[in-house]
Amino acid sequence: MKTIYLDNNATTRVAPEVIEASLPYFHDLYGNPSSAHFFGGQVSRKMKVAREQIAALLGATPEEIIFTSCGTESDNTAIMSALVTEGGKRHIVTSRVEHPAIKSLCEHLSNQGYFVTEIPVDGEGNLDMERYEQSLAPDTAIVSLMWANNETGVLFPLEKAAEMAKERGILFHTDAVQAVGKIPIDMKKNTVDMLSLSGHKLHAPKGVGVLYVRKGTKFSPFLIGGHQEKGRRGGTENTAGIIALGKASELALLNMELENTRVKQLRDKLENEICSRIPKSRINGNRLNRLPNTTNISFEFVEGEAILLMMDEFGICASSGSACTSGSLQPSHVLRAMGVPFTMAHGSIRFSLSIYNTEKEIDFVIEKLPSIIEKLRNMCPYWKPEEQVCVGH
Amino acid sequence: MWEYTDKVKEHFLNPRNVGEVEDANAIAEVGSMACGDALKLTLKVDENGKITDAKFQTFGCASAIASASALTEMLKGKTMDEAEKITNQDIADYLGGLPKEKMHCSVLGRQALEEAIANYKGEPKKEQEGNIICECFGVTDLEIERAVRENSLATVEDVTNYTKAGGGCESCHQTIQEIINRVRAEGKPVTPPPLSNIQKIKMIEETIEREIRPSLRHDGGDIELIDVIGNRVLLATRGSCAICKASQQTLKNFVETKLRELVWPELVVEEVVQ
Repeated sequence: MKTIYLDNNATTRVAPEVIEASLPYFHDLYGNPSSAHFFGGQVSRKMKVAREQIAALLGATPEEIIFTSCGTESDNTAIMSALVTEGGKRHIVTSRVEHPAIKSLCEHLSNQGYFVTEIPVDGEGNLDMERYEQSLAPDTAIVSLMWANNETGVLFPLEKAAEMAKERGILFHTDAVQAVGKIPIDMKKNTVDMLSLSGHKLHAPKGVGVLYVRKGTKFSPFLIGGHQEKGRRGGTENTAGIIALGKASELALLNMELENTRVKQLRDKLENEICSRIPKSRINGNRLNRLPNTTNISFEFVEGEAILLMMDEFGICASSGSACTSGSLQPSHVLRAMGVPFTMAHGSIRFSLSIYNTEKEIDFVIEKLPSIIEKLRNMCPYWKPEEQVCVGH
Repeated sequence: MWEYTDKVKEHFLNPRNVGEVEDANAIAEVGSMACGDALKLTLKVDENGKITDAKFQTFGCASAIASASALTEMLKGKTMDEAEKITNQDIADYLGGLPKEKMHCSVLGRQALEEAIANYKGEPKKEQEGNIICECFGVTDLEIERAVRENSLATVEDVTNYTKAGGGCESCHQTIQEIINRVRAEGKPVTPPPLSNIQKIKMIEETIEREIRPSLRHDGGDIELIDVIGNRVLLATRGSCAICKASQQTLKNFVETKLRELVWPELVVEEVVQ
């Protein structure tokens, strides 16, 4: 059975060119970049190239790139650094819809005596800018807002939010793990101080991430050890992963247009067709201000895990915000924060595409999904087939 | 992804008995869509009290659908008296087991069955009994007590897996723990039955030999049992224990703890020089 992979916000296929670029750094060029000999030094030189490639994707300078092991490490580093450098300030501003890498850390910190303000979102997942402005205080050590939401793809007005923090002299971090590679980002044109990204979301392997730290930003390392990354992150570098991420960044820059044309068209086709063929379905999130690859659709009267497992029978991979798949008993915190009714949140499915998806694959999903939903709805005690209205807006 | 048995998957993909029995005389509806799973069970019971037909409708995940499908298969052909004895564990067993986080699906099946039986007997639909402990999922103390008792649950996490209680805001965790403690203390004697002196000495010797001596010998030390007077256990240190500065701590923290745990809770270890 062929796999139809529509779960690219979870992780992505490593691009063949990326594998090719990184393989020599496993078997032949396995030296330690910190070594004094030529054998290690050549790896160091290749890492320098990777750093430049990543900087180019972000419109940053190579010195502003710190390699980490993943998005979570980057996020944790940014927050913990601010709590050290901001001289005893104890307030953190974030949103209700952050990824656990920020959300759980903030909950942990609030148990340690820090004050955390979670800015709410509206029914479409848009940030409440008024509440955001009110929350910025003299005691605020850092603001951390995600650029793009992993579940809905909704974009926050990042540049504006960063500027408002800047005006008040407050550090600003963004978890841009889902945004990098999908939408153009130019750090020369914004005032964001720190930005997290993760390799495996943009066709590099798992186990490598980046924390961008703007030149001149006070910084305190999270992993303390050797002099790697100019003392900003101890630990021997994941050289093959870093070189892979460099190549993946180069490809992302080349494919950016494709992402925002072809991938977007496929996503639009998928959600429009699904919504018109399946009654009582609705799109979650602001449709006009979203990542080009993501759609989050709720199907009333069905439960998400059941949909996923039935799609799995056809090789279709996606995710759900239902309680049964969230690892807890409550549906996704993102959909709850948006006020999506529980009955709708339990039946939510996220499709996230990549440049590797084809129209044929999308057509296959459009063909299979209606009968899956119908089969499950026919089992539901509350489903009345005669009341068929599409509530997609 | 959950690890489901082949039987769960099979019942999920090909559920048996979906729908409503037309002239049902035992009907139950439990759960709610907001809580993530709901089940409607309809049964046809003949004049001899035998279930001739059973159907279900479910809103829920794969294991909720499979549990309901399994329940209807188990019920067909049974008398109401036999059906009454089916437990949530029986439903899970029929499916070759459920992931522990999904046991609440089998509990939902059992709840539906009970309500259907009451409905058949003409008993009015039960008002909520007991006090709500978990506000998020509307679970009462009586339901929690029952789940703890019938499934020998030991932790709050277990209770959440079986009843959903505590799976939301978590503010009831303390109360759930108290219920667990209370139920588990039921029927247990407050103090263990007294030991005769001979029994006590024998058990102390055995425990030292089996549980304590091997660890001490590992570090080149040893102890010798000199006497037992009431609850006082007199020991002499040997080998490296005899010259070790930490031997007092070893005696208190390790030897005494072990003896209290395995022999008698009131034992006191004393070192004697001999």
